[in-house]
Amino acid sequence: MANTQRLVVVLVAALGLAGCSLVGASGSDTSDGTVTLVTHDSFGIGEDILAQFTAETGLAVQVVTLGDAGSMVNQLVLTRGAPLGDVVFGVDTTFATRALDEGVIAPAPRLSAPALADAQAHALAGDDGRLVAIDYGDVCVNADLVWFAERGVDPPTTLEDLLAEQYRGLLVTPSPVTSSPGFAFLLATIAATGEQWPTYWADLDANGVQVAAGWSDAYASAFTAGGGNGDRPLVVSYDTSPPYTIPDGGTEPTTAALLGTCFRQTEYAGVLAGAKNPDGAALLVDFLLSDTVQQVVATTMYMYPVSTSVTLPAEWVAWAPLADEPFAVDPATITANREQWLNTWADLGVG
Amino acid sequence: MLAETSAPATRRAWVRRVPGAAGWTLAAGVPLVFLAVFFCWPVLVMVGRGFVVDAAVDLTGFVEVFSRGRTWRVVAATLGQATAATLVCVVLGVPGAHTLYRAGPFAGRTALRAFVTVPFVLPTVVVGVAFRALVQPSGPLGFAGLDHSFAAVVMALVFFNYSVVVRSVGAMWQRLDPRAEQAARALGASGPRVFATVTLPALAPAVVSAAAVVFLFSATSFGTVLVLGGPHYGTIETEVYVQTTQFLNLRAAAVLSVTQLVVVASVLGVAARARAASERALHLVPERAARPERSALGIVAAAVTATVVCLLALPLVALVVRSLRVGDRWGLDHYQALARPAPGIGTSALDAAVTSLRVAVDATWIAVLVGGLLALVLSRRPARRSARRLLAGFDVLVMVPLGVSAVTVGFGLLLSMHHPFGLPVDLRAHRALVPVAQATVAVPLVVRTVLPVLRAVDPRLRQVAATLGAPPRRVLGTVDAPVGVRALGLAAGFAFAVSLGEFGATSFLVRPDQLTLPVVVFRLIGRPGVASSGQAMAAAVLLAALSAVAVAVLEHLRTRAGSVEVRI
Repeated sequence: MANTQRLVVVLVAALGLAGCSLVGASGSDTSDGTVTLVTHDSFGIGEDILAQFTAETGLAVQVVTLGDAGSMVNQLVLTRGAPLGDVVFGVDTTFATRALDEGVIAPAPRLSAPALADAQAHALAGDDGRLVAIDYGDVCVNADLVWFAERGVDPPTTLEDLLAEQYRGLLVTPSPVTSSPGFAFLLATIAATGEQWPTYWADLDANGVQVAAGWSDAYASAFTAGGGNGDRPLVVSYDTSPPYTIPDGGTEPTTAALLGTCFRQTEYAGVLAGAKNPDGAALLVDFLLSDTVQQVVATTMYMYPVSTSVTLPAEWVAWAPLADEPFAVDPATITANREQWLNTWADLGVG
Repeated sequence: MLAETSAPATRRAWVRRVPGAAGWTLAAGVPLVFLAVFFCWPVLVMVGRGFVVDAAVDLTGFVEVFSRGRTWRVVAATLGQATAATLVCVVLGVPGAHTLYRAGPFAGRTALRAFVTVPFVLPTVVVGVAFRALVQPSGPLGFAGLDHSFAAVVMALVFFNYSVVVRSVGAMWQRLDPRAEQAARALGASGPRVFATVTLPALAPAVVSAAAVVFLFSATSFGTVLVLGGPHYGTIETEVYVQTTQFLNLRAAAVLSVTQLVVVASVLGVAARARAASERALHLVPERAARPERSALGIVAAAVTATVVCLLALPLVALVVRSLRVGDRWGLDHYQALARPAPGIGTSALDAAVTSLRVAVDATWIAVLVGGLLALVLSRRPARRSARRLLAGFDVLVMVPLGVSAVTVGFGLLLSMHHPFGLPVDLRAHRALVPVAQATVAVPLVVRTVLPVLRAVDPRLRQVAATLGAPPRRVLGTVDAPVGVRALGLAAGFAFAVSLGEFGATSFLVRPDQLTLPVVVFRLIGRPGVASSGQAMAAAVLLAALSAVAVAVLEHLRTRAGSVEVRI
């Protein structure tokens, strides 16, 4: 009898665990009142904000994340005939023309957001309005000002400076092959040096550049001011990173973006071709341009909102200026050459 | 038992109605269909996309990919890292299995067993940060110059996979009848000689099994290699990832996937032969009866294990230290933040932990069901030679999910799960897909944990039971089940742990509103601000603690269930 009791205890425990089951839990909402948003895994707009969209339109939002921006666009290309959602957010400058050329994005039925005019200012050259700009920002080399001040050395200001002897062994960058800011930095060097970029990178290599797998490895591990006790005072990151290095009780950040080294990235939204709910998708694009979302773009996704009618965080105004003349590469050229450039870069064996 | 006494007649009638062959077909069919639908098919679809161009098969991709010097370097790097990691894991893991499973119980043994499993479930991104904090020039081990080195990659791979050897070999060792060793000792053999001639041959199948698993995990590891090795230690896996997700060069990705498969299948083939050569029936006894006396080798094993445990703890300590560091002071702020929705993520780490546990429960029961049935079928030794060959092939096939890139599986599921077989359902965004995908990764582990134990059951026991008039079902219930249930308990713990920490496959699947804890850790670490990375560390510590508790609870359940079975 005691054995049977034990067996019962075990069975009850097993059933209890099964009660935690996810499959057994309520399934996903598939009613008509849903719009499905496909995005990358840096999407930061929370449920509280999306609930406001539901309150305004009666449409529930289902968020589907598909890895980083590149992985997302490529998955959308693969599933072109049967899209995974109604609307996409997070197609960036470097993947935009692939998405357009592959016919993944459809023209949006009637958009009406007041910020649409602001978005136009950041529109992709040659696009007929299918991709709508939502936010933008710069990828720049960041410097640990404290480190440089302690040694009485001025931080570099240009890409050319990074080759100087006094900056030997100071820079760490995420790999262009596996990281989006890393690729943006490669594009900045391609824009700056043209055909000579492999030579530039060979020189950068000779000057001791370190290549990390991703942004977090570069910033949080190798950078001196990223909390990881690293030993590299120069890191490829964003122009919006410095405000996050204001020490507790301090008033100024300990780092700064070097505005002569920046590459501009814009993130777009668009209605997916073959969307089940294209009208809902258009409403969601409008919502992404509304003050409600634009107001929180800075604090949740660390990008500048395209809308000029919302206020930026005070510390951004003070410590996260945009580059006046960021480097740029024609998006169609990027799409045509991405693989070749990255293969060439990988064969250089930098780092 | 109750059922048997109250209605023996009906039960026997039922047994007669289901002939053995039909039962075995079902037992083999369920897991086969599962693997075919959720693994083989998606992979074939994905690889097919790379080879079929305009309805014609185009294999020129092989020439293109293999004419690149990098491809050869990558293949060599994959084999080198995986071989080194496997050797180190076996050399360190066998003593660990002795101390934690074979030697007499000591205070805290269960806790230690759970502890060594913790690294296995940590997301690679966190381990990368913790390891780099140790080995980078400014870290405590910085003097050794290990940063971005082959040694650092191998160390991290061993850190992850040590418990695979300890647990698989331990499951076998704890039930090995000590009398064979005692007899050898009584006949005058020295301790090392007994170990080499009696113990090791008996353990060989479990060791080879575990080594194969470690090799596969190492050969397909992605994050660890990238983070710790730097850009020069690319593996086939990282190349598949880049070609697929960044270039959408499906041709090159397909060639690399096939290459990976060939490498994996060759290693599995070698392992299967080695295992077959070493496998034989062993006399297994209940755990409590298998208590050997102390020996010099046991003390050496304990010393090795103590050292390894301390080394395993180093990165974990680094993790805890960083999670407690708040600016210039110490505090629990990052832990308190886990209960609040993280800014820009929308979910709190605690909510994500609940999701992780639910997904893991589903993945575990699927993996245990599928893997348990597979192990049962594979443990048979049919009389016909063709059937034996079929089983041998089957045995290798079962391991393949560990050797195929998570990207290929993830993208393949995307391509194949929209209206699968013409059914009017879109499974791509279904919640069930995540536990299913995690289960396919866990199934090989379940099989490799349970199978060596089942195979070691002396077939004469079954013959005796049958001769005494027991119907096949009863033979299974009284001979195989008591042994199998224990191993299945271990395997369940493993499957649960794998699911909790799984990041690769999960990150390539559509996740509608379903953030698991490793995903939240990954996102937190990708956000600017020292506070975010502190929270990421705290969330990783939470994940580590959860998995340790889960594994400990399952160990406990296993012992209880085991003791019930043995007494029946």
